[in-house]
This record gives sequence, C-alpha cells and structure tokens, in this order.
Amino acid sequence: MRAFRILSRNIRDAFKSVFRNFSLSLASISCITITLVVVSLAMILSDNVNNFATLVEKDVTIVVFLDRDITKEQIEDVRDSIDVLDNIASIEFQDKMSISKEMMESSDVFKNILGNYNEEENPIQDTYQVKVKDIELIKKTADQIKEIDHVSVVKYGEGMVEQLVTVFDVVKKVSIGMVIALIIVTAFLIANTIKITIFSRKREIEIMRLVGASNLNIKIPFLFEGLFLGMFGSIIPILATIYGYTALYNNFNGQLFSPFIKLIKPEPFIYIVSVVLLIIGILVGMFGSWRAVKKHLKI
Amino acid sequence: MDLIRMKDVNKRYKNGVTAIYDLDLRIEKGDFVFIIGSTGCGKSTLIKMLYREEKPTSGKIIVGGIDVAKLRNGKVYKLRRKLGVVFQDFKLLNRSTVYENVAFALEVFGTPKKEIHSKVIKALELVGLKHKAKNYPTELSGGEQQRVAIARAIINGPKLLICDEPTGNLDENTSMEIMSVLEAINQMGTTIIMVTHDTEIVDKMKKRVILLDSGRILKDYEKGTYKHESI
Repeated sequence: MRAFRILSRNIRDAFKSVFRNFSLSLASISCITITLVVVSLAMILSDNVNNFATLVEKDVTIVVFLDRDITKEQIEDVRDSIDVLDNIASIEFQDKMSISKEMMESSDVFKNILGNYNEEENPIQDTYQVKVKDIELIKKTADQIKEIDHVSVVKYGEGMVEQLVTVFDVVKKVSIGMVIALIIVTAFLIANTIKITIFSRKREIEIMRLVGASNLNIKIPFLFEGLFLGMFGSIIPILATIYGYTALYNNFNGQLFSPFIKLIKPEPFIYIVSVVLLIIGILVGMFGSWRAVKKHLKI
Repeated sequence: MDLIRMKDVNKRYKNGVTAIYDLDLRIEKGDFVFIIGSTGCGKSTLIKMLYREEKPTSGKIIVGGIDVAKLRNGKVYKLRRKLGVVFQDFKLLNRSTVYENVAFALEVFGTPKKEIHSKVIKALELVGLKHKAKNYPTELSGGEQQRVAIARAIINGPKLLICDEPTGNLDENTSMEIMSVLEAINQMGTTIIMVTHDTEIVDKMKKRVILLDSGRILKDYEKGTYKHESI
C-alpha cells in the first residue's frame, strides 16, 4: 500500500512537473521528436532496402539447361538429383516449347528466328528454374547441379549475383549501424538536454535530500518524468510514420520508380516502427533523466 | 543523555583550508544551543557535518545514535529523517503552495493523505500560518517564509532542529517572532542548534552559547551566562 502510494505520487508528480517546467520540457520533447523523426526515416529506409534486397535475392534463379536429347525419365531423374541438395527452395520445369513460345511472344525478332524451327529442330533446351534458400551459397549449389548427369549448362548470373550479395550485405550492415549510432547519439543528446532541465531543479533535489528522501525516492519521479518526455516526444514521429508512410505507399502504388523496387506494405510495418520509436523514446528519456539526476546525488 | 557527541573532529577542505580543529562537543537532548563566531570561524561547517552535508576529515560524530562520519551517501536519508534543517534563504519551492511545501517532507515517504493533512495543519498552526496554506511562498513576507520552512523542518517530529542563521534575512521584530516559534518547539522537547550572527537575539534568549574561533571552541557559556559586552 505504501509502495503503491509512493509510486502513484511519483507518477502524478512527474506528470505535473512536465507541465510545471513546460519550456524546458518542451526543449527535451523537441529534441526527442526531431531525433526520433530521423530514426524513423533511417528505419524506414533501411527496412525497405533490406526488403528490396531480400526480394531480389529471392528472385535470383539458377537456370539448369538439360541435354538436348534427354528423355522424360531422365528429366525426372535430374529433378530428383537436384531435390536432394541442401540449399534448394523450389524447382520448376519449363519445357523447350513453352520457352520458345514465351520468347516469340515477347519479341518479333525471336518470332522470326524461332518461327523457322519445328518442334524437333527447336534449338531451345528444356530447363529447370531452381531457387535457392541461401543466396550466399548459390555458387556451391550451382556447381553441385553441374555435376548431375544430363545437365548441359548451369547459369545463375555468375559474378553479378556475387556482387549483388556483397552490395546488399554492405547496405544492410551500414543501415543497421546507422540506426544504432543514431539511437546512441540521440540518447546522449537527450541526456544533455534533460540535464539542463534538471540543473534548473537542483534546488528541488537539494530540498528532497534535505527532508530525508532517499536517492531512490529522488530518482524515481525523474525517471517517470523522462518516461513522459519520451512518450510525448514520440507522438509526432509516430504520427508522421503512420500517416507519412501510408501516404507515400499509396502515392507510389507500393513501388518506387519501377515495379522492380517494391515498398514494404504499410501494415503492420508502420505499427512495428511506431512501437520501436515509442520504446526508444521512453528508454532514451529515462536514460537521460537517470544520468542527469545521478550527477546531483553525489556529495 | 547526549543527542550529539563530537570527538576530535577535524575538517579540512580539498582546497587546503582547515575549518575545524580537534573539536569536542556534547549536546544534550532538549538543549537550545547557539553557535556564534565571526565569519569563517567554522560555524557553518560544524552544523553541515551534523546533517552530513559535509564529512569530517577525521574524528567521530554521533547524532541521535547514528555514526555520521561513517554514513554512506546512499544512507544519508536515514539521518535526515531524524532531524530538521532551517536555512537563512528558506529553501522553499516557489512553485508549490505553503501547504505543498510542508507536505513535501511527508509525501516523500508515502505517508497517507489524511495523516499528511492533519500533520501539515498542525505544523502550520504551530508557526501561526494556517490561514496562508494556499498561498505561494512569493506571496509571503520573509518572516512568514521562514516559518513555513520551520513547519516543514518539524513536520516529522525530529529530535533535532538545526538552524543556519534563520534570522539572517529578517528585521528585528520578525526575528524575535521566529525565535518565539523556535522556543515553543524547543519546549516541546526538540533539541535546537542555531548558528547566528545576531548577538542581540543571543543576549535576549539566555541559552547555552558556543563561541567558535578559527575552527576551535573558544568558549562554551552555560545557560544564561553569555553577555555580548563581556567578549
């Protein structure tokens, strides 16, 4: 009961104090708001890059060209041999007729050339389109497939895929690093702003000590105050994320510049980002308060 | 019985200034003691060590059974809850009402609201400021503000009330009003230690007087024997 009374008093006082010291609270809140907007942008950007990277990686296909004189049974054998490999996500068979038909539909040049061949003479080969689970192991998987009987050529965009993997890996690491760095910088920036806020309340802390408040008694209201500052500071970034991203998504029809670059669907993405922003705001606010008060509790 | 016991206490500040030399002092429960002396004689340092705002460099200080010299920072509150402190500059929260300022000392410990109310009203009655409970400190005179500070200091029923020049900012009449409040509190059993420059008050009150000079006790006048002219 006593602990509950102290807690409820702390929450009430912290709330009051945010408004009693409004101009300084506003400084902290603005600081949190601005940095959280930047964090939000960084998160949206990096998540979308990652999403794009994943989509592209998923799209990378190993095309397995089969021998020209392959029989139906042998085609099945090849499938079975590919199936047992570790890194296989999916296999799809495309026979030569459907491929040439597709090619002829796609361009008049192909139509002219391929139109001259009948089914027997069709220069196109039957293929398996193989998708892998882990793109980083694509070379190894392609090499394994090459060893299988009746496989004539294996193509997966050698060189290009490896480059893509490296680039995406770097982008991923850089964007995650940036978000983390931004959060840390924000935390210290806010800690300093709150420190200024609390410096002006040195007297209050001094009096609290004087009347026999324990260090914890003094810290807790300030921690709650930091929590409220973080909460208030994350309101605008959250609203900006929810409405801004949805508007962006709708405006571009879910894709950026070309159908190739797909944006992440707003739901539940914006809510996850919002929760993360709220948590960062609260933690950073509390961390700032805690650091700032600690300084005044030493004799 | 001794409420305060100081033995061989030395205090040397980091800047090399020694404020207190080998000080021995006993103060009994229920006493009213003035500590006087010229500026820089160590008066403030002496009482600051009593409420552990300063730590002695060496020596022993026992206040109400607590070994103050050995008290860790995190445990200072245990001492502070047993005593009240009043300052020359009142140290009130100007954005809180008189009532809130006095209640502050109880709220910190999670005292129930009803108990807070009755204690605050009682303390304000004692200092004669019940009718100003809803005012803010800035709306009060200096003497009234000091009485609010006294009410806050005694709300927990402390055994010891430490006053650091409580009348320093006040005129003669107001000072005497404050002194009568302190006298009343003393008569209820609270030990009072008061640092002051105001020899007139000391003359009139006829209490025990400790005269400090350069960090040492120059003279310890028994109750009623101090006369300013005699120094």
